[in-house]
Amino acid sequence: MRITQGCFSFLPDLTDAQITSQAQYCIEQGWALGIEYTDDPHPRNTYWEMWELPMFDLADAAGVVRELVACRQAHPEKYIRINAFDSTHGWETVRMSFIVNRPAREPELVLTRQEGPGRNQIYAMTVRPAS
Amino acid sequence: MDMRSEDMLSGDLSPDGRPAGPIDLQAEFTESEIGSVLDALDAELVGLKPVKLRIRQIAALLLVDRVRARLGLTAGAPSLHMSFTGNPGTGKTTVAMRMAEILHRLGYIRRNHLVSVTRDDLVGQYIGHTAPKTKEVLKRAMGGVLFIDEAYYLYRPENERDYGQEAIEILLQVMENQRDDLVVILAGYAERMETFFRSNPGFRSRVAHHVDFPDYGDGELLDIAGRMLAGQNYRFSASGEAAFRLYVEARRAQPHFANARSIRNALDRARLRQASRIFALGRPLSVEELTTLTEEDILASRVLTQGGALGPAGQGG
Repeated sequence: MRITQGCFSFLPDLTDAQITSQAQYCIEQGWALGIEYTDDPHPRNTYWEMWELPMFDLADAAGVVRELVACRQAHPEKYIRINAFDSTHGWETVRMSFIVNRPAREPELVLTRQEGPGRNQIYAMTVRPAS
Repeated sequence: MDMRSEDMLSGDLSPDGRPAGPIDLQAEFTESEIGSVLDALDAELVGLKPVKLRIRQIAALLLVDRVRARLGLTAGAPSLHMSFTGNPGTGKTTVAMRMAEILHRLGYIRRNHLVSVTRDDLVGQYIGHTAPKTKEVLKRAMGGVLFIDEAYYLYRPENERDYGQEAIEILLQVMENQRDDLVVILAGYAERMETFFRSNPGFRSRVAHHVDFPDYGDGELLDIAGRMLAGQNYRFSASGEAAFRLYVEARRAQPHFANARSIRNALDRARLRQASRIFALGRPLSVEELTTLTEEDILASRVLTQGGALGPAGQGG
């Protein structure tokens, strides 16, 4: 099941050239780029593992791509995303985030319902490993 | 380039089927605006003949490569890592700063930016600190020029466990594998760079251009002094200039002579003396007096009065 989260995730996977130019766009906006990876794509899992430190003061996307290549080598079967953090006063948040690597076979998200008190429906999403 | 019609008719086709008629390099040159960069370099930097020659050669090569690439004759990006050697104050750093702009105009690097570092920025303080530090610097420099000043400090032969070696290895790897992304310029004094290259043969073979910065002649130094003063809205009086000519000759004969840097320091001190001199006048001043360095401002220098008895810092007075 194809996981969709962040920018561009309904599009076909970005090529490396596209990733480079997106990263360059972020750099030109003055955002700091960070690379994160995880094996748990649950939408509520907001804490992905950091790959190295966030990159400040870059001028060119080649630096990000270099780290991305290293991260892919180390974690080919995990989700990897690039986050762009805007430190401008008033924003101070991630402005852009997109997935740049997926496992060959993605896990599935399964929705389970449960009957609560007063016939209240409780919904839970769980990740089922790729079978 | 705009192929002119007679080129189209020549019938001589390159491997990818495009016409390969006579190519007007001159038109290509005019179009790229490289000329203005090179002219500015000639106009703004005094002397440095071999340096300017080498930059022109690089510019010509990049231009020719660009035309060739258009005809499908790929040759791979030339390696442009450079080493600048020369005595103190011969303009190594100044030229390196200009290099980023030149290479950017030539279309060799993507960004017009230069990251200037020394050993401290590359080498860590404890085990495991060096690699991330060096990589971070490299990432910042990507797309532009990385300028390593006094590069020989990276290698400390007297301490075999020095972390500099680790930084050197990472640098070499990037210099080899990411030639398209980064131009590395190493700079330093000639003999020490020679030792550095001897003990790191990997560096010598990866640095394609060894540019030697010659010492300036007396006339060139005077020219430089004139430009420095003009940049600060000062000028010499006629006698002041003659005095400065004497100063340059005397200063050159003394130890720790650092070419243009000595000139800058001398001018700074002359400005100090000029300031206290006109302050002591105790009367209203004209603009003329505010901007003129006279003979007395120069001749009061210790270099001239004490026949070269320098202070401990070797700076001259």
